[in-house]
Amino acid sequence: MKWDISNMSEWTVEDFPHAAIIPESGNSDDYNVGGWRSERPYRDDEVCTHCMLCWIFCPDTAVVVKDEKVVDFDLAHCKGCGICANECPTNPKFGKSAIEMVPEGCELPGVK
Amino acid sequence: MANQKTIAETGNVLVAQAMRQCKPDVMAAYPITPQTTIVEEFAKYVAQGRCHTEYVTVESEHSAMSACVGASAAGARVMTATCSQGLALMWEELYIAAGMRLPIVMANANRALSAPINIHCDHSDAMGARDAGWIMLFAETAQEAYDNTIMSVRIAEHSDVLLPVMTCLDGFITTHSVDRADIFDDDTVAEFVGEYVPAYALLDTDNPSSHGNFSGLGGPYFEFKKQQRLAIDASMAVIKSVGAEFSELSGRPFDVVEGWGMEDAEVVIVVIGSSAGNVRHVARGLRAQGIKAGVLKIRVFRPFPAAEVAAALVGVKAIAVMDRSESFGAEGGPLYLEVRSALYDSSERLPVVDYIYGLGGSDVRLELIERVYSDLADIASGSMAPFGMTYLGTR
Repeated sequence: MKWDISNMSEWTVEDFPHAAIIPESGNSDDYNVGGWRSERPYRDDEVCTHCMLCWIFCPDTAVVVKDEKVVDFDLAHCKGCGICANECPTNPKFGKSAIEMVPEGCELPGVK
Repeated sequence: MANQKTIAETGNVLVAQAMRQCKPDVMAAYPITPQTTIVEEFAKYVAQGRCHTEYVTVESEHSAMSACVGASAAGARVMTATCSQGLALMWEELYIAAGMRLPIVMANANRALSAPINIHCDHSDAMGARDAGWIMLFAETAQEAYDNTIMSVRIAEHSDVLLPVMTCLDGFITTHSVDRADIFDDDTVAEFVGEYVPAYALLDTDNPSSHGNFSGLGGPYFEFKKQQRLAIDASMAVIKSVGAEFSELSGRPFDVVEGWGMEDAEVVIVVIGSSAGNVRHVARGLRAQGIKAGVLKIRVFRPFPAAEVAAALVGVKAIAVMDRSESFGAEGGPLYLEVRSALYDSSERLPVVDYIYGLGGSDVRLELIERVYSDLADIASGSMAPFGMTYLGTR
């Protein structure tokens, strides 16, 4: 069942689902829930080995993977918890890990 | 009328029996005097294999009601029992159970609240929770506690209602005294309560749903509260129809307010719970002396049967409300406030006074009740002015 909430602002008491139950799954896709993030992950593509640990650990499935490569973060769903940066292993070739948390609003290459 | 067996048991055993016969899927409870023997007895039934309930032993009442909320949202028929400090510890989950519209049935063995520590009967615990959104039934006797428990399941799970129900019985007086009661066989109760079919269940993986959600910043919280108000208002009709059906099955009368001698009563006591029996006993004696005494017992406190109370009290000369709990700083106890408000729209202005009595199990002797009726006679004749609220029987 697809829950149509397009005109929710027009709903009256009778229209709201009983007990604030949301009668479908996965609909956070439809919302920007990353608005209260204070830090965002920044990933250095040169350092990244695409080990996928960030993808595994991200509690919000906000690590975007394409053709077995980490390509982006879904900032509409990333809350900035920093778990990806914490789990990101050090790349010995560079002496650092690929992901670091940077203050929200900071201008860095690759940060949108 | 269904076949019944007459037995002698305590109120708590009868509540536990009723719960077992309603076949709950989950019971999560923490023992507290004088509720303990309900959960003890129920645990015994589980151990004996006499019911297939998942019995969750928790570390507190806060956890008990939390587990009940989770299990009920999962789609289970859920029951618990508590009283006093335990009910107080459940406070936040009481609101959550009602707001999530979960048809949990809970027995409450009315007991005073600390401090000072006291294990005996009064209604402070339940009355403190009266605005939590639960339907509240009160039993006078062990029989009524048994009957109310069975009816509660049907009321709570009705699609027009879907609210939790608290079924109250007086601590020790009703919970621990052995009383005569007629009970049904298991099949009769099973048939009466039926199967619980939840509209939305967390365990229904084919129809996933999310429960206990945030209503949003500036979101429709207000609208959900109005839904709750509409549901508890609608429950009055459901309580009456379930009560009528149960009455037919049991042969025992049921009404949301139950009057005695109300046809021509001039002096009336409004009362809740076990004291109603004593009040009726005194009223019967006064009737023999020619005094037109009446008794109005409140069996359903939430939703409050305001129209029924007002209708029953039409033509009366003086009314005393007996409150077994305080509402400190208010004009009187919780029942007094409700009764006075119910009478506000009546065409005639009736004198109503309030007696706070029996707190912490303080004895309600017959001569105290006689004194109330004698005050009422004086108020009715005009020789005493209505005085608002007073304490009955303190030293």
